[in-house]
Amino acid sequence: MENNVLLSVRDLHKWFYLRRGLFKGVGYVRAVDGVSFDLQRGEAIAIVGESGCGKTTLGKTILRLYKPTSGNIIFEGKNVTNLEGKELMWYRRETGYVQQDPFGALPPFMTVKKILEEPLIIHKVEKRERIKRIYEVLEEVKLIPVEDFLNKYPHMLSGGQQQRLVIARAILLRPKLIVADEPISMLDASVRIEILTLFRELQKRHNLSVIYITHDLSTTKYFSERIFVMYAGKIVEKANTLELLKEPLHPYTQALIRAIPDPDPNNRFILRDVPPGEPPSLLDPPPGCRFHPRCPYAKDICKKREPEELEVRKGHFVRCWLYA
Amino acid sequence: MSSVLLDVKDLYLYYSTRKGIVRAVDGVSFKINRKETLALIGESGCGKSSLAKALLRLLPRNVHIFKGHIYFNGEDLMKLSESEFSKRIRWVKISMVTQAALNSLNPVIKVGEQIAEPLIIHKGIPKEEALKKAEEALSLVGISKIFADRYPFELSGGMRQRVIIAMALVTNPDLVILDEPTSALDVLTQANIMNLLKKIKREVDISFLFITHDISLSSELADKVAVMYAGQIVEFNDAEEFYESPLHPYSNMLLASVPTLRTDKKLAFIPGSPPSLIDPPKGCRFRPRCPHRFKKCYEEPPLVDLGNGRYVKCWLYAGGE
Amino acid sequence: MSQRVKNILGTLVMYKSALVGILVILSLIVLSIYTVVTIPYERAVKLWNAGEAIWLDAPRNALPKWINLFRSKKLPETIILDTRTLGHNVIKVVVPISKTLSRIRIELTFEYKYDEFPSEINIFFFVSYNRSPPYISISWIKPNGQVFKIKELHVKRSGAYYISIDETLSKNLYKYFKSKLGKEINYSLSPEIALFAIEDESILNRETAKPLKGKYKVVLEGMLFDNNSNVDVKLVIYGKVYGIAGTDHLRRDLSIALLWGTPIALSFGVIASVVTSLLQMIIAAISAWYGGITDSLLQRITEIFMVLPFLPILMMISFFYKISIWVLLLVVIALSIFGAGIKNYRAMFLQIREFPYVEAARAYGASNLRIIFRYLIPKILPTIIPSIVYSVPSFVFLEAALALLGLGDPLAPTWGKVLDDALENGALYKGYYYWVFEPSFLLVLTAFGFAMLGFALDKIFNPRLREM
Repeated sequence: MENNVLLSVRDLHKWFYLRRGLFKGVGYVRAVDGVSFDLQRGEAIAIVGESGCGKTTLGKTILRLYKPTSGNIIFEGKNVTNLEGKELMWYRRETGYVQQDPFGALPPFMTVKKILEEPLIIHKVEKRERIKRIYEVLEEVKLIPVEDFLNKYPHMLSGGQQQRLVIARAILLRPKLIVADEPISMLDASVRIEILTLFRELQKRHNLSVIYITHDLSTTKYFSERIFVMYAGKIVEKANTLELLKEPLHPYTQALIRAIPDPDPNNRFILRDVPPGEPPSLLDPPPGCRFHPRCPYAKDICKKREPEELEVRKGHFVRCWLYA
Repeated sequence: MSSVLLDVKDLYLYYSTRKGIVRAVDGVSFKINRKETLALIGESGCGKSSLAKALLRLLPRNVHIFKGHIYFNGEDLMKLSESEFSKRIRWVKISMVTQAALNSLNPVIKVGEQIAEPLIIHKGIPKEEALKKAEEALSLVGISKIFADRYPFELSGGMRQRVIIAMALVTNPDLVILDEPTSALDVLTQANIMNLLKKIKREVDISFLFITHDISLSSELADKVAVMYAGQIVEFNDAEEFYESPLHPYSNMLLASVPTLRTDKKLAFIPGSPPSLIDPPKGCRFRPRCPHRFKKCYEEPPLVDLGNGRYVKCWLYAGGE
Repeated sequence: MSQRVKNILGTLVMYKSALVGILVILSLIVLSIYTVVTIPYERAVKLWNAGEAIWLDAPRNALPKWINLFRSKKLPETIILDTRTLGHNVIKVVVPISKTLSRIRIELTFEYKYDEFPSEINIFFFVSYNRSPPYISISWIKPNGQVFKIKELHVKRSGAYYISIDETLSKNLYKYFKSKLGKEINYSLSPEIALFAIEDESILNRETAKPLKGKYKVVLEGMLFDNNSNVDVKLVIYGKVYGIAGTDHLRRDLSIALLWGTPIALSFGVIASVVTSLLQMIIAAISAWYGGITDSLLQRITEIFMVLPFLPILMMISFFYKISIWVLLLVVIALSIFGAGIKNYRAMFLQIREFPYVEAARAYGASNLRIIFRYLIPKILPTIIPSIVYSVPSFVFLEAALALLGLGDPLAPTWGKVLDDALENGALYKGYYYWVFEPSFLLVLTAFGFAMLGFALDKIFNPRLREM
């Protein structure tokens, strides 16, 4: 069978060295602490977690904006973990990045045309091809008529338009993988779905693999094939989107789903069954299973040993002693 | 005693800026009853934060127009002088809960003292007694009394939010304005805070004005819903009616654009973007984006009364043209 | 980019302070261009350092001509009569008597209409002969007909006869007046006063002495003893005003130094300011972006320079090496680069470095240098423009201060040099206020223009600084 795996992440770790001279001693913030998964060509996966769980760091490490502390990232069969120089440039061309803050992601002193030219110039695309490509990409994200937008500065665009431009920039070099970190959470509610829909269209049309990082579980139904749930630097559950939302196995995932309201007037009469407390510090995570202080089902073993990843059903993986 | 706690009539708040006059609150009217929660829903730039500030008279220096009536317990707050308002109303009868950002609390003052401050300043209660009341407020929001002696940076985000809620409740106000109280928090922490607010709503004789851009979240507390668009309230409805079948096209499309976890629905989106408050469209402000627009919409639509204080600002419901 | 510049200019002219500043700066620029075009630099330097020979026709320490507009008692201008340029008031007659002998008579006539006495009187002789020098006798005739025999001499070589400092003449004039008036004159009666004064009691006091207005004649008569002998004479009656700016102690026309000081000051100030700021910005960007050892190294170097005493080092360098003004510029820049500006800019860059668009640039493969020059620097460039404008006057003042301390270029005609000459020659003590006022005024005017422009630019660019 043809190998359809685009990206393979094996036991990836990213730790940050933290100096806190006066009060606490020195330690490591273990933002990504042993993550492994495969990403197929053309597949969109959502990495869901609360702030501080390490999902943004995971995204940036996969993009090689950070150098992994240990572990391997294999892209199209090539090990990109330690690439430098020209080869790293190749990887940069194959990957795209869409960030959360559309205005912040655009240089305020460059016009739309200049912003889009930059990646092309850096990767030595010749001038005529550049113009052609810029037009193509602006039409794809529906910033039309293109001439109207070329000479505008970012502050002249609405939030939605800015994010379209960011997406346009990400697909300029025809990458195979895009990491989108909370791409719609800073947009107005009325604009979010529009952008997400556009993004989904582009993904399908170009067979892009997308890592969609978000804290909003409700949007994953409309964007991703699989969901990975991340907690305290580890992926605790992996499953197909619909299966995860219908039958979540990990207690944390179950709590997440219980915690999220849908617009329903009866909500005000019910109290939600959610665990107390806050996500742990990545500097000094709890021993054993990191969720155990908040888990309603915590057993003795959960406090001592970290659970391994188990395939409980086909394609449905959990890290939890309940299923051992 | 009438059940109407707050009755806002024709409130206007305009700012002057270099780019022009910002019509942040442009003729807004609504009522909140005792023990009732009104959710004010709107996207960024619709004027909802300005409305909150107008109610507490926390106005910036570049105010251009500030007029209308704010009847609170029958008394028109607009007629009060600043010192009277500050002494009797602000943080005594009406208080506010803001986002729990790191700098919402004074970093160099202990938690207990900060909660006690409104009592000392506005009610003139002696410090000892005020600190005791502060500890009571802390336990009301589910924080151990130990934390009264700590500094804000020693608390987690969720705990800070609870402290801010305690600060708003400590003077036993009649109305608390919740301005995006959970937007800086994680999903689980948010659920915990909402549980707390639901509990307070049940046990205390208090009304909430819950301002948020998150429609799903608004249903966690709302008895009534007001939808704000371009400085105006376009729909004012009961929660049951609103979440099942909203009336105004904007409310409808807004609800349709929100992804839901438990139901499968086709998502729609609203084309275009919200208008600027400096030069809003003539007539109905939603007209450029409305799929149901027709000729009459070039005129300013009336507030169509739907009975029981509910209304919608749309020509579709105006009956005969 | 040009659209932004147009916008900025548009906003700028809304501020009155900017308009005033721009006006001042433009006038200075126009002045500079005019100067550079009309008096080439080498010529200016030559003139300025030429010494008395070239400036001999100008009075010492004369005030500017326009001062007479404000005075009721008019100060005299310089009167020059030269037999080599004949006119109706210069008559030269040579009458041969024998084969080798000739008689020569020169009559120089001039009108004196001023209320003040001249500062000096000189007669320059231009003589040529084979063996025997001509013999000349000089007489001075006042408008009232009074004749004074001034001197008789063999004109052995070309040169100057300084009438004003002729002691013998002085004493004779003194005796003459004493006997005429019967009273003592209790101040030193120099010839330029005596030969012009009204001969009554008014001459007894210096304050009341007044010149006699009218037609004066100077007659030079004598004998030429060779065939080829010739005598030409230039009579210079030095006034007390000269040119637009007056003169200094070496008779030099101050306008040369003041005019040429303009382009020198402007270019010194602007080049120093712009180059220093740009280099500081680049170094700060490199330091902030690369971090680590590069950052530590650059910061330590900066700190060392910040501690070094700027002025004493300049003085030392100046003491050991005679440096031209352009080398001075280089040294000033070199010493200024690693200054406090780097710390400021670095702090700004450390913030910008974390911006999402910088991260995005890394993600699509921008190299470090590209990020520094095309992503970091353009973000802060607008905010440092006001400070570049502000620093121009400080560098201009620095150059002037160095000149005042006797450092810097001894040959260059700059405002600082004029000020230095003035103070060293006791201008304030002697009452030559114009000598100090003129360069000071220009220095202050420059500072004012740039400061006004800087204020307005600050208002435009810096509200957004905090937005960073």
